[in-house]
Amino acid sequence: MTTPIILVHDLHKQYETALGPFPVLKEVNLRMDPGDYIAIMGPSGSGKSTFMNILGCLDQPTSGDYTLNGQHVARMDKSALAKVRNHTIGFVFQGFNLLSRTSLLDNVALPLVYAGVDKQTRHARAKRLLERVGLGQYLQSLPNQISGGQQQRVAIARALVNEPRLILADEPTGNLDSKTSQEIMALFDELNQEGISIVLVTHETDIAEHAKRQIHFLDGRIVEDTAIENLRNKNSMEAA
Amino acid sequence: MFGAMLGEAWHAMGANRLRTFLTMLGMVIGVGAVVLMLAIGQGAQESVKRSIDTMGSNLLIVLSTPPGMGGARAATGNMPSLTVKDAEAIIELDGVSAVAPTINSSAQIIFSNNNWNSSVVGTTPDYLNVRAWSLAEGYTFTDSDIRSGTRVALIGRTVVDNLFGDISPIGKTIRINKSPFIVIGVLESKGQSLDGRDQDDTIIVPLTTAQRQLFGSQFAGSVRMIMVQANSTEIMNMVEDSINSLLRQRHNIREGSENDFFVRNLTAAANSAAETTRTMSLLLGAIASVSLLVGGIGIMNIMLVSVTERTREIGIRMAIGAREYDILLQFLLEAIMISVVGCLIGLTFGISGALLINQLSQTAIVISSQSVILAFSVAATVGIFFGFYPARKAARLNPIEALRYQ
Ligand SMILES: Nc1ncnc2c1ncn2[C@@H]1O[C@H](COP(=O)(O)OP(=O)(O)O)[C@@H](O)[C@H]1O
Ligand SMILES: [Mg+2]
Repeated sequence: MTTPIILVHDLHKQYETALGPFPVLKEVNLRMDPGDYIAIMGPSGSGKSTFMNILGCLDQPTSGDYTLNGQHVARMDKSALAKVRNHTIGFVFQGFNLLSRTSLLDNVALPLVYAGVDKQTRHARAKRLLERVGLGQYLQSLPNQISGGQQQRVAIARALVNEPRLILADEPTGNLDSKTSQEIMALFDELNQEGISIVLVTHETDIAEHAKRQIHFLDGRIVEDTAIENLRNKNSMEAA
Repeated sequence: MFGAMLGEAWHAMGANRLRTFLTMLGMVIGVGAVVLMLAIGQGAQESVKRSIDTMGSNLLIVLSTPPGMGGARAATGNMPSLTVKDAEAIIELDGVSAVAPTINSSAQIIFSNNNWNSSVVGTTPDYLNVRAWSLAEGYTFTDSDIRSGTRVALIGRTVVDNLFGDISPIGKTIRINKSPFIVIGVLESKGQSLDGRDQDDTIIVPLTTAQRQLFGSQFAGSVRMIMVQANSTEIMNMVEDSINSLLRQRHNIREGSENDFFVRNLTAAANSAAETTRTMSLLLGAIASVSLLVGGIGIMNIMLVSVTERTREIGIRMAIGAREYDILLQFLLEAIMISVVGCLIGLTFGISGALLINQLSQTAIVISSQSVILAFSVAATVGIFFGFYPARKAARLNPIEALRYQ
């Protein structure tokens, strides 16, 4: 059996608010094998972003286990977590989150700075990735000089620059029109075909259909998982 | 990695130029002030030290109280109270190594077509020993010149420059208040005295010659001043006391009456002058350092604002793999860069200021490499010290909270 890229067991997360503890994730379990492609759906406030942030090692669960690529995240110190964010995971945000005063080339190359890669290699790799997402002619432009769809491509190039095994994208097309969204999704599909595992959050069914597997959140719980349904269907067919 | 961070720090400084400039201004003023104040202070100390070195060591002077200024004999006439005989009595005292009675007055000096007003001192050969003054050229007069009242003169560097130019003065005849004198020696240059007079603007002639030929003194044997050299610094107070009692006795001053002379310990006065300038320069430095401190606080203030403003940026950096250390280094480098660049500009201003003052006034200002290094390292330390807290605050941010920050 292959080591799952993500293994979440009985995960809980509650925020401490002025009104007392506020549970957001309850008893969440998830197993994802390398190369899988998951779309998370669910109403606003159901805990999708909270879950993604925990998967991305940006936030910690209140209880439960999260094993990333065979490693227990809870046992890692801050700098090990930073290294995971740098090497293992590429995060794509709804709001792109590019550095506004920094050129596209330097934005894409920034994770390599923290990886300690030398300048020549940094620039060569950042340039190759920008070319790959079709922005080879904008290397020295600033983020506000290009469109939203283009900015999201830059953010994806940045997420890819350290050759991660897992891409986490929280509503990556949430700020984009449907044509641009499809272009971005084509890019994700391509990456998944190359073997990169992808988890993305979306509200839209036509976006979610790009993924191999759909998960529904409701009120902090996973209420539906197509992989499990397929399994069930398979079992019931065999039983029949 | 470090190179990239330096580049980013430079970039960040350029992102908000006016703010960076204003923050830097604190450092510029602070460092400039420190360098300038240290230069002024050290210059003052240096010139005091030089004057003290040229004064002669363990020196006391005895002055006759000017007529009309009170004193027991004031009413009896205009005769200065001190005499050559007093000087001869003082040399006999314990602890006194040399004395030089002097009279002085300004006089007009003429050589060929040039004339110059200078201070003429009539004294004994010991004067040069007491003042630790040597000759640059020629030779000095002797006791036999004193006895016979010869018309010979030693002249100072300023007099040489003004009367002779390039001609060698030795053996030439000058006229002092119309009387001819032969120049037999040129004094080594001493520069300024503690009170700012040009010590080289002087002519020394035998005491007796001055009394008889120059100042036409009605009071044969009386002098304005007696210079006394003690054997060592420690006994100067003792020597001062014995001069006081000796002269009171010689001048028949009754118990309770005021002296018709007074004794000054020049060495003690000089030392206290040196101490005063030292304190003054320390004080100047301290005041200037306060502006450096204020500059540092300015940096801290702006860095704190900058961390708050850039919280989201910090969150993004953390999300793509920046460690605490990377963020700390980034903000620390920015603070250090502001402070070091400010420091360099401040150094430039401080040094130019010092050079300008040197040009405008004759007081020499000393820029030592130590004061430059001191200002520079203080500035770097200020950058690190005041930059550290904001940088640590940035580094300790929680990635998810930083990302959520609007
Ligand atoms: N930092 C926080 N403190 C308190 N409550 C929070 C915080 N972040 C999110 N929440 C709450 O947690 C719930 C889930 O939020 P989120 O994970 O963003 O949902 P989704 O992404 O599915 O819309 C929401 O009710 C939200 O108000
Ligand atoms: Mg969300």
